[in-house]
Amino acid sequence: MEGIASVLWFSGGCEPPESRNWIFAGSCHSPSTPANSTLRDDCPFQPPPAVPRLPGPLGRVSGARPAASPPTPFPPAVSQASLLRLHHRFRALDRNKKGYLSRMDLQQIGALAVNPLGDRIIESFFPNGSQRVDFPGFVRVLAHFRPVEDEDTDQDPKKPEPLNSRRNKLHYAFQLYDLDRDGKISRHEMLQVLRLMVGVQVTEEQLENIADRTVQEADEDGDGAVSFLEFTKSLEKMDVEQKMSIRILK
Amino acid sequence: MALQMFMTFGSWNCLLLLVALEYSKASSDVNESANSTAQHAPNAWFAASSSEPDERISVFELDYDYVQIPYEVTLWILLASLAKIGFHLYHKLPGLMPESCLLILVGALVGGIIFGTDHKSPPVMDSSIYFLYLLPPIVLEGGYFMPTRPFFENIGSILWWAVLGALINALGIGLSLYLICQVQAFGLGDVNLLQNLLFGSLISAVDPVAVLAVFEEARVNEQLYMMIFGEALLNDGITVVLYNMLIAFTKMHKFEDIEPVDILAGCARFIIVGVGGVMFGIVFGFISAFITRFTQNISAIEPLIVFMFSYLSYLAAETLYLSGILAITACAVTMKKYVEENVSQTSYTTIKYFMKMLSSVSETLIFIFMGVSTVGKNHEWNWAFICFTLAFCQIWRAISVFALFYVSNQFRTFPFSIKDQCIIFYSGVRGAGSFSLAFLLPLSLFPRKKMFVTATLVVIYFTVFIQGITIGPLVRYLDVKKTNKKESINEELHIRLMDHLKAGIEDVCGHWSHYQVRDKFKKFDHRYLRKILIRENLPKSSIVSLYKKLEMKQAIEMVETGILSSTAFSIPHQAQRIQGIKRLSPEDVESIRDILTCNMYQVRQRTLSYNKYNLKPQTSEKQAKEILIRRQNTLRESMRKGHSLPWGKPAGTKNIRYLSFPYGNPQSAGRDTRAAGFSDDDGSNPGSPSITFSAHSRIRSLQKQQAPEIIPMKSLRRGGKTLSFGYQRSTSQEEHMGGSRRVALRPKPPFHAVDEEGESGGESEGEAFAVRSRWTTDRGHGRDYHRSHSPLLQRK
Repeated sequence: MEGIASVLWFSGGCEPPESRNWIFAGSCHSPSTPANSTLRDDCPFQPPPAVPRLPGPLGRVSGARPAASPPTPFPPAVSQASLLRLHHRFRALDRNKKGYLSRMDLQQIGALAVNPLGDRIIESFFPNGSQRVDFPGFVRVLAHFRPVEDEDTDQDPKKPEPLNSRRNKLHYAFQLYDLDRDGKISRHEMLQVLRLMVGVQVTEEQLENIADRTVQEADEDGDGAVSFLEFTKSLEKMDVEQKMSIRILK
Repeated sequence: MALQMFMTFGSWNCLLLLVALEYSKASSDVNESANSTAQHAPNAWFAASSSEPDERISVFELDYDYVQIPYEVTLWILLASLAKIGFHLYHKLPGLMPESCLLILVGALVGGIIFGTDHKSPPVMDSSIYFLYLLPPIVLEGGYFMPTRPFFENIGSILWWAVLGALINALGIGLSLYLICQVQAFGLGDVNLLQNLLFGSLISAVDPVAVLAVFEEARVNEQLYMMIFGEALLNDGITVVLYNMLIAFTKMHKFEDIEPVDILAGCARFIIVGVGGVMFGIVFGFISAFITRFTQNISAIEPLIVFMFSYLSYLAAETLYLSGILAITACAVTMKKYVEENVSQTSYTTIKYFMKMLSSVSETLIFIFMGVSTVGKNHEWNWAFICFTLAFCQIWRAISVFALFYVSNQFRTFPFSIKDQCIIFYSGVRGAGSFSLAFLLPLSLFPRKKMFVTATLVVIYFTVFIQGITIGPLVRYLDVKKTNKKESINEELHIRLMDHLKAGIEDVCGHWSHYQVRDKFKKFDHRYLRKILIRENLPKSSIVSLYKKLEMKQAIEMVETGILSSTAFSIPHQAQRIQGIKRLSPEDVESIRDILTCNMYQVRQRTLSYNKYNLKPQTSEKQAKEILIRRQNTLRESMRKGHSLPWGKPAGTKNIRYLSFPYGNPQSAGRDTRAAGFSDDDGSNPGSPSITFSAHSRIRSLQKQQAPEIIPMKSLRRGGKTLSFGYQRSTSQEEHMGGSRRVALRPKPPFHAVDEEGESGGESEGEAFAVRSRWTTDRGHGRDYHRSHSPLLQRK
């Protein structure tokens, strides 16, 4: 029930005009929104500030209401439906109804277990070593994978870049490599990723060779590491928007 | 070309046979002392053709007539199999053309031989043989290998498209051909409306499975894949129902006039036949699932149960003039889910392979028979009819695709793009079904049967060869991102990473179904059906045996040392070594890219890769295993580094699939057996899971008492069964490690399970409280435990 409450809380907090994008595009920036404090989307990789616990009464009130009809603040149905589904999923993953997810909860997803990047993906939900992710944090990570729509492109330039922009998508991928968060993919980090992704039949020596080459290929300033800029450049031709979008997160 | 080479080689056997035949014909007498088996066949042929009465008791007698049919059928199948081997020897060939091309070519070859030697071919196919023996395996295989979840998620669109598409095509082609027949110049005046409609219905039976292989390679989206698959699955049934109904009308028309009432009755019947068939199938599916619940002691008959009940559903439905095809499909779909959990691993494999084999044999026979009837004099070539048939097939398919998808797109969350629709339009490949139906037309009712058969053959040849070969390039062409072939190493790596990332995030999001009905069914399934139909003790899943296939000992060693030796998997790797780090030459980039492309893990796919003619070795399973082992290492490392690893808890639910057996067992006896099990690498040990289970429940209380930090989670709604334990994650490393040591000493049932979410479907209320077992932590955990007992393992 806490989970639902948090959705209601968020949705209730947002004022109508911009609220549609608020979680996904991160445009809920108006100072009047109480949610503002938790959603500083201009820097998507900051740890989410602790979500204020909901006072009991609100939880109870929301619990009385059917989950399918939260107040109204998400005008277009798609986004709201997605959010509800995500919340449903969040609750399903949240084993002990504790209101947040731990690494353990995510590790239990069977298909993720056989994903070579499973650990890194899970880790990306827990920025800066935090132990739990609440629903807004959960959605914020997933928001990177929202498909880019045409309407998103002609946004007010003053607004922060939406989480699903090309740059943010790339940055999200980049931080899967960049373990030490120094803004660069070192040779060692590249090697680690290669170890995860390449089958055992390739020898360690070959892997090191490949890592060297990969870094060398992308490295332009000669510092022996791949910066985010260089990373972006190497993927210039790719349709990242499409590669890193999941249709169901519309 | 390997094909050419092989065709000559494959046909060599037959030619040899025939040459020998000619020789023996030329020779004056039967050589009675000939006892070499090689000469058996030619002699037999000779004996069959010679009618000399020989009244004396001969030492050596031949009766080729007695064995002719099975003998020749066996030879055909063998020939086709050899041709397939050759087809796949050259690895690029299967990518170029669908396998049905090969089968047709082999059929034409056999037909040519039979025609050339004036040999009377055995009557392989008549109506009863086709409908009673050849068709059911093909349909059963399609139903059994259908990916259930995506099918039911798209069931609305699939039904809409498959049913209405078949009807529109049948009626459209039939009616427009009827108009053509009215033109005097074409000399088709004697073909009446009903005959045209019947022809329309049989020619609209598409068999697009051949193109699925192309899709798989081109990675088209799941819903498109399911559309094609669903069409292939349902199309046969609908066409056959329509065909039989029209045959009945035609018969009736011969004697009396058809009144509007009859047409209405026909429509009603169409529905009854379809729905009744499906009902029959579902009932039989549940019965057979229920029966496999009790077969644990005689697992050898498990496949038999599956096959016999499927076949029985077909026959029973046919007895009542319901659609047997739909019945057997529904039966396969219904029982699959439960049977797979009930039967033993070996039975499961047997069922899979046997099903593939049966359907493959059926289809080979049909194609060969098609080839046989292609070469011959029984054709009536009417340019107008054939050309217009070909044109109308394409036109009406286009009309039905674009019209039906235009409508269904209005209701879909994720509409089909024009590109998707073009691919669906182009995938209208005709196959064995059309030919069989055309071939089985009763001559008494259809004086122009020869023309129909010829037209059908032309359509099949055209679609299989021209469309089948060009659809691959077309899909690739439409798929724009594939055209960018020049990729750097970075791109290669990053793209694969993104694919994995996307797949992972999709898994985090879970599967979203848009159907309330499905959720309802899942609840019902959890509450009642599974309890009735599935054995109490959980059977081993495919993953268990798979895990065991990798030598257990080796796996343990690998895990123990934390090193995966590159020789562990004996896959020869021919990638060139790259020496020195200088400038990147294009060749270097090329070779590195090749290494990466070949060896990077594939992204998991939700739809099982489906190939009509073959069961692929499960590379994905092997890969999954590898990743599990490796990730276990990383988990351990991260544990050492002080990242907290939550302590896992074994949880019992119905949805668990074992990944491996526990490394230890509270009872020392049990441990010994397990150690023994490791050493002899036992293939199947049916007792083990239950041992684990009882152990698990026994030590539950023990754990509760011993560990103060255990927080017994509230027993979930499924009652005591799913009671689960978890250690609250320790905050400090010391505590953590301490906990680990303590746990390591404690008897613990660390069996490793993973929730097969992809198979069991998405999240639902039912699954929300289905406790999933945490395999990862269990594994990390079990490792420690294992280490503490390692002397035991090393001793043996």
